[in-house]
Amino acid sequence: MINLSHFLILGAILFCLGLTGFVVNRKNLINLLMCVELLLLAVNFNLIAFSNSLNDISGQVFVFFILTVAAAEAAIGLAILMVFYRHKHTIAVAELDELKG
Amino acid sequence: MLLETIFFYLFAAGVVLSAVGVVFLRNPVHSALSLVLAFVFSACLWLMLQAEFLALILILVYVGAVMTLFLFVVMTINLDADIKKQTFVHYLPFGLLLMALLAALLLFVLKPAHFLSIGQPIIQDQDYSNVQVLGKVLYTHYVYPFELAAVLLLVAIVAAISLNPRQPSNKKTQNTEKQLYIKRADRVRLLSMPTEKKP
Repeated sequence: MINLSHFLILGAILFCLGLTGFVVNRKNLINLLMCVELLLLAVNFNLIAFSNSLNDISGQVFVFFILTVAAAEAAIGLAILMVFYRHKHTIAVAELDELKG
Repeated sequence: MLLETIFFYLFAAGVVLSAVGVVFLRNPVHSALSLVLAFVFSACLWLMLQAEFLALILILVYVGAVMTLFLFVVMTINLDADIKKQTFVHYLPFGLLLMALLAALLLFVLKPAHFLSIGQPIIQDQDYSNVQVLGKVLYTHYVYPFELAAVLLLVAIVAAISLNPRQPSNKKTQNTEKQLYIKRADRVRLLSMPTEKKP
């Protein structure tokens, strides 16, 4: 019997995987952007599961807006990545130290 | 109900395995394709949750547009040197341990015994239209956020286009002004040479 908890656990596992990729990845910036997509997918899972079990359509409206914002974020992020690559000829995360933070 | 359980575990395993692939595969093309697979399995799960419109949007917008953009960028950029040089950082075990702790905490909180009161999924009628219900709410209660989302997409278009440089430095183009103002003396040099005698 599948209920709300199963979907929430699946969302939690997805979120932890995305966060793991965000923390341990120093390879390239594209993988970081993909991990952001995974995190947003996990959040969407939670919203849709609650929307279904509470019989409230608002959760799905919020997922709709999250998808919009994520698409805009991916487009701008990839554009910034292309500009960065043209300047430095690499997209390694370790090279992102222009601000000396 | 048994069939539903089987399908849930099938799709959930697919999502989790593809997410592991996104994080741990070394080749970014493989990571992107793995993310596509994760989106497809998620769309199947969203169909099981009766969110048909969002499942189709996930397929059309994400698999069709966003992941194509990712693959396009991955193939534009030459990543071979980076892939061979870079590896996972030295604090990988610490990060994995921290994430395992977070996962254990979340799994403990979200266990099925805590959701008995609201946990039952709702089965809608035969003539229930998810698109109709979503559209009714979206165009009445959420009409201003909807228009703001449209403006946000416009801003994203403008930003993505304006980040693209106008004059690529390494491209060979015509300079029409210099061509028009060229003098004959700059290009042709006439020499007067004595004629050679035949042997």
